[in-house]
Amino acid sequence: MSEDNTANGDRKPEAGKVSNAKKQTNRRRALRTILLTGGVLGAAGSGFLPLIYSKKHRLRPPGALDEKDFLSSCIKCGQCVQVCPVEAIKLADLVDGMGVGTPYIDAREQACDFSCDAVQCILACPTGSLTYHKPAHMTVRPGAELSSKPILLAKEKDAEPTLNLAERIGVARLTRPESCLAIQGKGFKGSARGANFEGKLRYMSVDRWKPIPVNDYKYDREVCDLCEQACPIKGAITVEMGLGKDGKMKGIPVVHEACVGCGVCEMICPTEPASIEIIPGEGWRA
Amino acid sequence: MSALLKKRFVDQIKVLFGADPAKPTKPEDISPAAQTIHFYKKGNKDFKLHAQAHEQKSTKWRNRRWATLIFANLLFVISFALDIQILEGALTASRFVGFHLIDLNSALQVMLAHKHIINNLLIGTGTVLVLWVLLGGRTFCSWICPYHLLAEWAEKIHLFLAKKKLVTDQTMDRRLRTVFWVIFALLAIATGYTVYEAISPTGIVSRALIYGPGLAMLWVLALLFFEVFFSRRAWCRYACPIGLTYGVVGIISPVRIKYKLDGCFHEGDCRKVCLVPHVLDTVIKGRAIEPEVPIGPDCTRCGLCVDACPTGSLTFEIKGLSKLM
Repeated sequence: MSEDNTANGDRKPEAGKVSNAKKQTNRRRALRTILLTGGVLGAAGSGFLPLIYSKKHRLRPPGALDEKDFLSSCIKCGQCVQVCPVEAIKLADLVDGMGVGTPYIDAREQACDFSCDAVQCILACPTGSLTYHKPAHMTVRPGAELSSKPILLAKEKDAEPTLNLAERIGVARLTRPESCLAIQGKGFKGSARGANFEGKLRYMSVDRWKPIPVNDYKYDREVCDLCEQACPIKGAITVEMGLGKDGKMKGIPVVHEACVGCGVCEMICPTEPASIEIIPGEGWRA
Repeated sequence: MSALLKKRFVDQIKVLFGADPAKPTKPEDISPAAQTIHFYKKGNKDFKLHAQAHEQKSTKWRNRRWATLIFANLLFVISFALDIQILEGALTASRFVGFHLIDLNSALQVMLAHKHIINNLLIGTGTVLVLWVLLGGRTFCSWICPYHLLAEWAEKIHLFLAKKKLVTDQTMDRRLRTVFWVIFALLAIATGYTVYEAISPTGIVSRALIYGPGLAMLWVLALLFFEVFFSRRAWCRYACPIGLTYGVVGIISPVRIKYKLDGCFHEGDCRKVCLVPHVLDTVIKGRAIEPEVPIGPDCTRCGLCVDACPTGSLTFEIKGLSKLM
């Protein structure tokens, strides 16, 4: 950009007379305009990063459309963030490569424990990016469809105990069986994630309506089965107990078809890193 | 509306899309009434002196506008921070005590990209469309958009530096905004992804205020830097497709600035403060085609010209209402 340029948009030469200086000014202005076009479109190119990164799946809020549809329909308003009682939903930043301002869940930090009882994020979504009923023309990922509406343990005795969810957002997997305390036959005492953990969870034995800090709840298990204890969905995970070869009581966490992929097991798992994790977007395989 | 004003109405729509305002060249381009006023103004040397003597700077409309802008954005912030649920969401989409409100440009991007429109999206967009038709289209820009306020402060720095001759305003071709609008619409249709939303400073600043700032604010800072040191109000003037979307809405809006020829001293203070001085072409000596001329749809109804005008020749007008009263 030259400093000797004295272009002034307010002044125009008399009609028909275009001086050489003015011509030069116009040419420079055209160049600058092209430069700005390039700059803005270059920045806009960063908007496509999520499409490149989309191979790496992230956990979207419950009821989310498949990634491509989700990215096209999300208006990035954060209303889902606002209604979540445990603040599980966060908005992605520039470097997350998943769309500036789109919502995601970092289950290890704060999983969705359905404390809202009714998947309110879906209710809040104005564009249908999160939806109870997927439009007919959209395909369902293999294994994503739930065989029946999941039963929320907190509502089990209510007249309507189910969550209005048709698809799972992922599936829990015991990705590090070697570190799993249950498999080693170890018990667990104390707060699940240590003193500095800030995540919240609803404990039915403490308060039906209000989630409390995970920190404040002290476990005391003979053989660790925190994933089963914390799971908010009926019949989604069990820790199958049995005697090991050494005669010690051991457990194997088994994920069942009812798993919706909420991530509470990943959040509560006391090993570091978590032995059980949610595979976002993954379908159920028997 | 006179035939001349109709012609100007169409001309001002072209100006919205980036054309230069048409100058009246032939005598019949100006109404006889306006010609008479122009005639008596010719050669009156006292104008400048008179104008200077009467100079007074008001900040009435600016203060009202800033208060409104800050209040609206603050309402978003406290609705979430204090969980009072009056205005939930961000500027792109929100609920005002339960009613869906969806930004027109964001809605357009989502509709083009997603190609599936649900009822809530339609209701929210419709509500906002009616709202801004009533309130003046680009009124959104200067009275609500949080980036506008940041850019206004950056503009003050730019003008200060320009006065010290440290920077000069590098103007650009205004047709660029229309080009961007088309490019972003086509990108949304073709890629199925709302590309513009990734760089929209309006969305980024709004979310930063409500949910806390992120690295995306660096892009906003880069824009402000560009505006301070290179090109005055470059984003709002030459780039922002949101401005064009709301500008189109403003074509049929009854809220606008009205120019009255007879009292005007043609000093041009209004054009100096204006974000979109091309809409004020009519205030240049000899240009007004009628004694009263409504300002075109690219005007953001910010009221800076109303504040700057020492003679009251520019005023807010609600079309139809003045006839009733």
